[in-house]
Amino acid sequence: MLIKRSPNGTDIPFPSEITPQAVYEERRRFIARMAAGAVAGSALWEMANRQAFAQAPAAQKLAAKLNPAYSAIDKQTPFKDASTYNNFYEFGLDKSDPAQNAHTLKTRPWTVSIEGEVKKPMTLDLDSLLKLAPLEERVYRLRCVEGWSMVIPWVGYSLSELIKKVEPTGNAKFVEFVTLNDKAQMPGVGSRVLNWPYVEGLRMDEANHPLTLLTLGMYGQTLPNQNGAPVRIVVPWKYGFKSAKSIVKIRFVKDQPRTAWNVSAPSEYGFYSNVNPEVDHPRWSQASERRIGEDSFFQKKRKTLMFNGYGDVASLYTGMDLKKNF
Amino acid sequence: MAFNPTPRQFTAIKAGLFLLALVPLGRMVWLTLSGQLVEPLEFITRGTGDWVLYMLCITLAITPLRRLSGWNWVVKLRRMAGLYAFFYGFLHFLTFLWFDHFFDVQEMFKDVLKRPFITVGFIAFVLLIPLAVTSTNGMIRRLGGKRWQWLHRLIYVIAPLGILHFWWMKAGKNNFTQPIIFGLIVALLLGARIYWNRSKALAARA
Repeated sequence: MLIKRSPNGTDIPFPSEITPQAVYEERRRFIARMAAGAVAGSALWEMANRQAFAQAPAAQKLAAKLNPAYSAIDKQTPFKDASTYNNFYEFGLDKSDPAQNAHTLKTRPWTVSIEGEVKKPMTLDLDSLLKLAPLEERVYRLRCVEGWSMVIPWVGYSLSELIKKVEPTGNAKFVEFVTLNDKAQMPGVGSRVLNWPYVEGLRMDEANHPLTLLTLGMYGQTLPNQNGAPVRIVVPWKYGFKSAKSIVKIRFVKDQPRTAWNVSAPSEYGFYSNVNPEVDHPRWSQASERRIGEDSFFQKKRKTLMFNGYGDVASLYTGMDLKKNF
Repeated sequence: MAFNPTPRQFTAIKAGLFLLALVPLGRMVWLTLSGQLVEPLEFITRGTGDWVLYMLCITLAITPLRRLSGWNWVVKLRRMAGLYAFFYGFLHFLTFLWFDHFFDVQEMFKDVLKRPFITVGFIAFVLLIPLAVTSTNGMIRRLGGKRWQWLHRLIYVIAPLGILHFWWMKAGKNNFTQPIIFGLIVALLLGARIYWNRSKALAARA
C-alpha cells in the first residue's frame, strides 16, 4: 500500500489539502445552524400543535334522546376517524387539514340569520338554537361523493322545527344555507377551488322532510370545528357535500340556489345530488363505497344503496328523471 | 466539478439511490399495515401516482444533467430511474385493479373506457411496458441501438400523458398547482432537448 508522506514529515500532507480556516469555520457554523434549526423547528412545531389543542374549545356534552325511528343500526364509525378525515375546504384541501387547522374557528358568539321569503325573519344565537326544539340523537349513514362512507350519531332536530317558527311565505320554494366566509378564521378561503362563501340548498319539501337534521352535535357532544361547528345541516340521503357546515345564514328563496359545487363543475355535481348507485359521477362510479373504520382495505367495496338506504324519501321525487336531475 | 466516481463509489451511489427509491413504498406499506390511515385507498393511489411523475421527471432530467455537469456516469443511472417509474406505475395500476375494482377486470375496463382521465393514465402505463421489457442489455443488442433509441423516445409522449392524467384528476377541484409545476418541469426538460438538437443541426449546417 502506498502511504502518502508529507514533504515536511508531519501528518499534515500537502498545504493545498488543508481546508482554510475561514472555510471550515463557515462549515461548522452551517452545521451548527442546521442542527439548531432542526431542534428549534421541531420544538416550535410541538408548541404550535399544543397551542392548537389549547385553543380549541373543549367539547360540551349535549343531552339528547336517541330517536330510533330515524337511526341506522349500522356499526358507528369511531369518533377519531369521523373527526380527522374531513372535507371542509375552508380549512384546506387534504382530509387531515380541517382537524389541524379548524381550531382558529370561533364558534361563540355565533348567530344564524334566517331571512328571505319568511313572515318572521330572525337572528338566532346558539343558545336559542339549542333550545328551539328537543335535541335528538340520530345515527345516520353519511355517503361522500368520493366513494367512502361513515355512520355518525348526530345531535339535533328536524330542520322543519325551525321552518315552522319562521313561517315561510308562499314564494319560498327553496332553502339556501350559507357557510361562514371569514378569511381570518378560515385559511382555506383564499383558494380558488370554489366560490366563497360555500352555498348549499334544498327544495322546500326536502328541507321539510323529517330526516333533514339541523345539527348541533355528534357523539353526544358539541360539534368539533372540523365537522362544521357550531351548527350545520345533515341530509343523509344526499352526498355529503349537500350538508352545509358552520352555517351563518338560512335564506328562503323563490329560485333554485346556485350551490357551490354546482357552480364550480355543473356537469359533475347536480343540485339534487341524491345518493344514487345508478348514476355515475363522470369521473368515477358511484355503485360501491368503502365504509371508513369498518371495511378492510383488502375487502371488496360494499354496494351503495339508492338514497343511501333512506327509501322513504323516494316519494319526494316521483315522476322525476333522477338521471337528468342528478 | 468533473466528479468521476470510481467503480466502487458508483456502485455505492447506485445502491443508495436504489434503496432511497423504495422508501416511499415502505412508508405506504407501513402506514397501511399499522392502521394509521383512515382511507388507505386514496393515500396509496395518490402516493404511487405522485412517484410515477417524480421518477419520470428524474429519468428525463438525466440527459440534461449529464450535459450541463459533464458527469457522463449519471447516464448509467437512467435505466434504474426509468424502471422505478414503471414500478410505481405498476403499483398505481395494481391499486386501481385490486383495491378499487377487486380484480373485476371487466369492470375495470369499463371504467378505463368510460372515463377519459383514466383512459389517458392507462395508455401511459401501457406505453411504459415495452420500455421496461426492452430495458436489458440483451434487448438493446437485439433491437440495435438506433431502433432501441427510437422506441425509448416514447417517454417524451408518456410523461405528458401522465401529467394530463394528473391534470384531469385535479380538475374536479380546480386545484392545478401541482399539475402546473410538473408541466413546467417536463416542458423545461423536453424544451432543453429541442434547443440542443436545433443548435446541433445549425452547427452541422454551418
